[in-house]
Amino acid sequence: MNFNELSRLRADLAFIAHWVRPESHVLDLGCGDGVMLDYLQSDKRCIGYGIEIDDDKIPVCVGRGVQVIQQDLEAGLAIFADAAFDTVLCLSALQMMKNVEGILRDIARVGREAIVSFPNFAYWPHRVALMRGRMPVSKSLPYEWYDTPNVRCATIKDFEELANQVGLEVLECVALKDGKPVTFLPNWRGSLAVFRLKKK
Amino acid sequence: MKSLGIVSPQSMHFSVPLSLQSGASLCDYTLVYETYGTLNADRSNAVLVCHALNASHHVAGEYAADKGGKKSVGWWDNMVGPGKPLDTDKFFVIGVNNPGSCFGSTGPMHVNPASGKPYGANFPVVTVEDWVHAQARLADALGIRQFAAVMGGSLGGMQAMAWSIMYPTRIRHCVVIASTPKLSAQNIAFNDVARQAILADPDFHGGDFYAHGVVPKNGLRVARMVGHITYLSDDDMAEKFGRELRNGKYQFDFGIDFEIESYLRYQGDKFSEYFDANTYLLFTKALDYFDPAREFGGDLTKALAGTQAQFLLASFTTDWRFSPERSREIVQALVNNKRKVTYAEIDAPNGHDAFLLEDPRYLNVVRSYYSRVWQEIENGEFNHKACA
Repeated sequence: MNFNELSRLRADLAFIAHWVRPESHVLDLGCGDGVMLDYLQSDKRCIGYGIEIDDDKIPVCVGRGVQVIQQDLEAGLAIFADAAFDTVLCLSALQMMKNVEGILRDIARVGREAIVSFPNFAYWPHRVALMRGRMPVSKSLPYEWYDTPNVRCATIKDFEELANQVGLEVLECVALKDGKPVTFLPNWRGSLAVFRLKKK
Repeated sequence: MKSLGIVSPQSMHFSVPLSLQSGASLCDYTLVYETYGTLNADRSNAVLVCHALNASHHVAGEYAADKGGKKSVGWWDNMVGPGKPLDTDKFFVIGVNNPGSCFGSTGPMHVNPASGKPYGANFPVVTVEDWVHAQARLADALGIRQFAAVMGGSLGGMQAMAWSIMYPTRIRHCVVIASTPKLSAQNIAFNDVARQAILADPDFHGGDFYAHGVVPKNGLRVARMVGHITYLSDDDMAEKFGRELRNGKYQFDFGIDFEIESYLRYQGDKFSEYFDANTYLLFTKALDYFDPAREFGGDLTKALAGTQAQFLLASFTTDWRFSPERSREIVQALVNNKRKVTYAEIDAPNGHDAFLLEDPRYLNVVRSYYSRVWQEIENGEFNHKACA
C-alpha cells in the first residue's frame, strides 16, 4: 500500500503515519483491518504486530500480510516485553476501553514512543448538541448513547492530564478535522485528537 | 464443496537406521503416506500435514468403499482439498503416518527383524523429534528440500513446531493449531490414566498380545473414554447430552443410565476395534515428552531463537486440553524473537475437537494465510535455491 492509497482510505492515518519513523518496530493496538500496518510495512519498511479482537478483521489482516494477534486489549499487553517497540499506536481505540489508565501504563511500558488518537468530545457540534440537551451524534461519534461502543468520552485537555500521570510526556498534540490539522481553536474545531507521546 | 475424491496411500521403505532420542534406533522401516495436488517445477509448493494422536496419513479425500460400503474420509477433509483453505489445486500436500502408529508405517504390530516376532512392547519409544527426522527423510526422498509450510493440530502442531526448531531452513511457514509448547501436569495425568487402563488389562500381556490372539479392548476403551472427555468442553457436553437418560428413568444398576455414558462407551468400543494398544502407549508418551524449552532451562524464547519460519497459530477458547494460554506462550516466545506471527483465538464451543470442525472464522484465517503463502510462491518472494 502506498501513501496515496492510505490517504484515500483513511486521511487521519495518513497524517499520523508521518510521525512513524521508517524501519521502526511498531505495535498497533486495535489495528482493525490492518491498513496502517500494511502501509507502514510496505512504504516505510517498518515491522511489527497488530492487536485486534474482531473475528472478521483477522483474515483481512492476514490477507494484507499484517502480523495480527487476536486479543482483547482489556487483558493488557503482558505478552510484550518492556521497551519492545519503537512506537505503539493506539488509534481510535482508547475510547472503547474500560481500563484506559491500565492500557496507557502498558503502552508506556512496552513502547519508547506512542501515538494515541480518539474522538474529541469537545468538538463544537458535540458542545452544541449538549447545550441543546442531547448527547452528541456526529461523523466522529456516530452512535446513539445506548448502543455506543465508545464508553469513554474525553477532550484534548482531559487526555493531556492523564498522559502525564501514567508516565507519558506529550511531544505533540494535533486536532484533526477530516484528516487535516486544525490550528485555530483546536479543542473546538478538531474532531479527532492525536497525541504524540514519549516515555518520561 | 469439491473433495479430492478417491485417494490411495503409498509407502516408502528406508533401510538406513533411524537413530532415536532414547538412544535406540529403528532399523529397516516403512513410512506410509499420501500426496494430493502437484509438486511445481521449482518444488516450492509442498506442504506437510502432521497428524495427531488418533489420526494417520489419510488427511483428505476418501478411500474406495470397502466391502461394507463404507468410505473412509480423511481426517482433515474440511481443511485440505480443491478450493479448501489448504488448496490442493495450488499446493502439493503430503500426509505421512508416523512410526509407531497402527495405520501402516512400521509399528509395534509389525515384525521386528531382530527377533522375527512382532515388536510389541519392544517397539522403541519414539518422540516428536524422532518423527520429524523420519518425515525429513521422506521429504528428501521426494525431492523436497524446503516446505512452503508444515502444519498440524494438537500433537501434529508439536511436530510443526519441532520442524521450525530442528530444520529452520527447510520450512517457510509453520502452522500450529490447538497445540502447546509442553503438556501440563494435568495433561500428563490424563495420559497416564489412559496408559494404566491399557497396562492393567489382562489381555495386554505386557504388550505381546498379538502372540496370544487377543486385544486389550477393555483397556483401550477406557483409555479412549478418558481421552475423549478431554477433547470436549463442559458446555458442549452439557448441550449435547446434559443429564438425558437413555431409557427415561433410573435403572438402579451399573449399566447405561445417561446418554453421555452411552456415547462414551460407543466411542470407546469403536476405537478399541481399530486402534492398537501399544500405539496408544507410544503416542501418549510422545505427547508427554515434548518440551523443546527443556534443554534451554525452560526458556521457550531461547528454544525458538533459531527458527526462521513465519508462524500462524490458532487456539479455541473452550479448549481446556491445550488452552489458549498455551498457544499464547508460544506467541509470546515468538514475539520475543521478533518472528513474524499471526495468532487467532477462536471463540468456539467445541473444546479441543474444534480444530477438526467447520468454523468459518477459523477456516477463513487459515485460508487467508495460505493465500499469502501462495502469493509469495507466485511472486517468488523467497530464496528459490533453498527449495531445490
